[in-house]
Amino acid sequence: MRSPGYASDPDIRELVAFRTAGQDFCIDILSVREIRGWSRPALLPHAPAFVQGVINLRGAVVPILDLAKRLGLEPIEDTDRNVIIVAAIQNRTVGLLVEAVTDILSVPASGVQPTPDLASETTRNMLRGVVVQDSRLIRLLDVGQLLPQADEAAA
Amino acid sequence: MAGAVDLKDIFFVEADELLSALEEGLRAIQTGTQEADTVNAVFRAVHSIKGGAGAFDLKALVGFAHRFETVLDSLRSGRLLPEAALLGALLHASDHLADMISASRQGGSTDSELDERVILALEALSGGEGGAKEEEAFVFEPLALDGPFGMDLAAVPLVFGARKVSVSFRPHAGAFASGHDPALLLRDLCGIDEAEISLDQSALPEPGVFDPGQSYLGWVVTLQTERSDRDVMAVFDFIDGCCDLTLTGEASADPGLAPFAEPVAAPDLFAPPSLLPEARSQDPAQGAKPQNSASAATPAPSPLTQGATTTPRPTIRVDIDRVDRLVDILGELVIHQAMLTEAIEQSPGFGSVDVDRSLDQLRQLSRQIQESVMAIRAQPVKPLFDRMHRIVREASMAAGKSARLVTEGEATEVDKTIIERLADPLTHMIRNSIDHGLEKAGRRDELGKPTEGVVKLSAAHRSGRIVITVQDDGAGIDRDKVRQIAVEKGLVSATAELSPQEIDALLFLPGFSTATEVSALSGRGVGMDVVRSEIAGLGGRVGIASVRGQGTTLTISLPLTLAVLDGMVFEAAGQTLVLPVSHIIETLRPEAAMRHNLGLKDSVLDVRGRCLPLIDVGTALGFRRSLKPGEGEIVVVVERGDDGAIALMVDGIRDQRQVVIKGLEANYGQIPGIAAATVLGDGSVALILDPTDLAAAGSLPARPHISLAAE
Repeated sequence: MRSPGYASDPDIRELVAFRTAGQDFCIDILSVREIRGWSRPALLPHAPAFVQGVINLRGAVVPILDLAKRLGLEPIEDTDRNVIIVAAIQNRTVGLLVEAVTDILSVPASGVQPTPDLASETTRNMLRGVVVQDSRLIRLLDVGQLLPQADEAAA
Repeated sequence: MAGAVDLKDIFFVEADELLSALEEGLRAIQTGTQEADTVNAVFRAVHSIKGGAGAFDLKALVGFAHRFETVLDSLRSGRLLPEAALLGALLHASDHLADMISASRQGGSTDSELDERVILALEALSGGEGGAKEEEAFVFEPLALDGPFGMDLAAVPLVFGARKVSVSFRPHAGAFASGHDPALLLRDLCGIDEAEISLDQSALPEPGVFDPGQSYLGWVVTLQTERSDRDVMAVFDFIDGCCDLTLTGEASADPGLAPFAEPVAAPDLFAPPSLLPEARSQDPAQGAKPQNSASAATPAPSPLTQGATTTPRPTIRVDIDRVDRLVDILGELVIHQAMLTEAIEQSPGFGSVDVDRSLDQLRQLSRQIQESVMAIRAQPVKPLFDRMHRIVREASMAAGKSARLVTEGEATEVDKTIIERLADPLTHMIRNSIDHGLEKAGRRDELGKPTEGVVKLSAAHRSGRIVITVQDDGAGIDRDKVRQIAVEKGLVSATAELSPQEIDALLFLPGFSTATEVSALSGRGVGMDVVRSEIAGLGGRVGIASVRGQGTTLTISLPLTLAVLDGMVFEAAGQTLVLPVSHIIETLRPEAAMRHNLGLKDSVLDVRGRCLPLIDVGTALGFRRSLKPGEGEIVVVVERGDDGAIALMVDGIRDQRQVVIKGLEANYGQIPGIAAATVLGDGSVALILDPTDLAAAGSLPARPHISLAAE
């Protein structure tokens, strides 16, 4: 399961890059379980706006978060071409709805720069840093921040 | 042959069962409901634990159990009377024995000083009869009492005694494998009576084919005893099914027995050295023959077969993971069966009678499998309830109150997972009842209540759910105090108008604790809110009801199983949803005249003179604001947890089928009004409604504990 990049050089991080609401993001490949096409979720009552609903992932019920809405960006078009990145976040399995997966990056630890101060508080909390590659700015998401800290007692 | 590790696991599982038998027996003696055999059963439980512990060289455990057993033996022989103080000490010793066993299970041990203190406290009481010296002699020198049997019994004339009982006893070939030891049985059998034992070694094979794991010997024991046949047979209770046993209660002895009589203690070839010091040291004196000596066969007398024991129904122990796996696979089977049915119905060839019939049978079979698997998982709540007696004992002692636990409906069967996960919440609820609910003894006397408080724990099946209640006869909830604390802690605003029920519900808020002083038991601020979230995690609900001065009742309502339910699939606001069939009373298409508005937004439905709250599912779940024509025209009447019913408006009913319950908690969190989710035949997800919660959620804002809610 381990990718060759990790086996040879522990300093190199592999990141899955994707695009939503016109911006590039990436997350650590180790937290990605699979990437799948969009399927219509069942709505969840009393859910925050960024929770699209739940889908069936081989027998498990998985909530889908609309990443654009979660980050407060422009809403994305509701089409069948959108994809869902299934990620494991803090022992939970969650689907992230994005426009498209672009590529897989191998980035040395030094390639991740701190988030510039310009960004608003909310945005900065969600990001762990930025990666600049081929004149593209790719935002490294802190997946742990996507879910609000669950109350231990309620979880 | 199973490995040592497996055997040890089995020992611990059996020890648990024995411990609960021990505690139950002691309780029966305490409450005066014991039967003739109860003391023996208690003794045997400790004895078996000692035997098993010896086999695994758990020295501290053996030592403790041995001294415990000695006291019980005095009780059994009538030298001690079951007085309250002694029983208290016995129960305490049994609790401590349980602690020692659970410590050994984890590879550790308890504080040996504590072990000593507990057992000394017990021995002090048992010696209090003035027979301390004699007692000690019995404890440490068992040989002293066994002495007479060490002599050649054939030479001792059997002259005294009320009557003669002859017992023929032959362990089955596999008896040793089950951990039985004939030496102990024979010793128990002889007890304090005159005994004449003859050995039947006719079944001994040639030395070459001798298997030391097998039992080849039989014995005939003739007793001069005052004990009843039943008491004599009781010695063999726990080798039941592993031996041939016949008992003849004759008026006079058969003199033909005597010449062949040869007292024998069973060879201890298979007993670990620490297990049977007494038996071993007896051997030389009794002239036991080595088991593999091929001496002349002793003809066994042919006693009348009487009271032959019935074999218990065979059972197996199965790792729970295997059953869980079966349940998981079954869930997938049910989903795929639904998918297959759907696919066939949509294919052009549908309509063939054969296909239809096969599908039908498939459906029935999968239902039967499911019921069988659920039956495997279903367990009576009795062991769980039994554990609570100890909680009550310890909690009441720590709180300085006097309390007694009464249980009801112990035979109620519930899914094993639920039972396991109920232990913590129940413990907490019972501690709460004792700590906060019951008054101190002095106060109870003033109020004219019995000094001893009663906590009642009951279980029952009610409309497809299991309902467990914890009821105390204490002071009830002090609502003014609860409210005041909630205001102080900023949980509610000082000006809020709260109904008594709403005040009671405050107890379930995180961080709430009414105890003015923090006790060792509760009052740490993690309390009822944890109970509630744990119960909710099981798909259950907790309710609270209280009458001032008369007590508080906590009610837990739980689904019977966590795996599958019969559901009605319906549509509301474009979503496919499922209602548990067990909740549904009827479905109808109401006339406009049956509907009446109450106030601005609420309405009720008049169903044959009964006014039911009318709720639109789509609106209650926040999927739509108002109804368009053609929507919500079908009404499903469902029952609520209490006796009432509510009418739910839905857009259309699609199907009735079995659905596999998929929890939402793991990946998402709890949603008011939603019990769980399921996967339908087309692979899509549908939410399962919890009608009671839905009705309650309609009048409340979304609860704060949804873990994915916006910050």
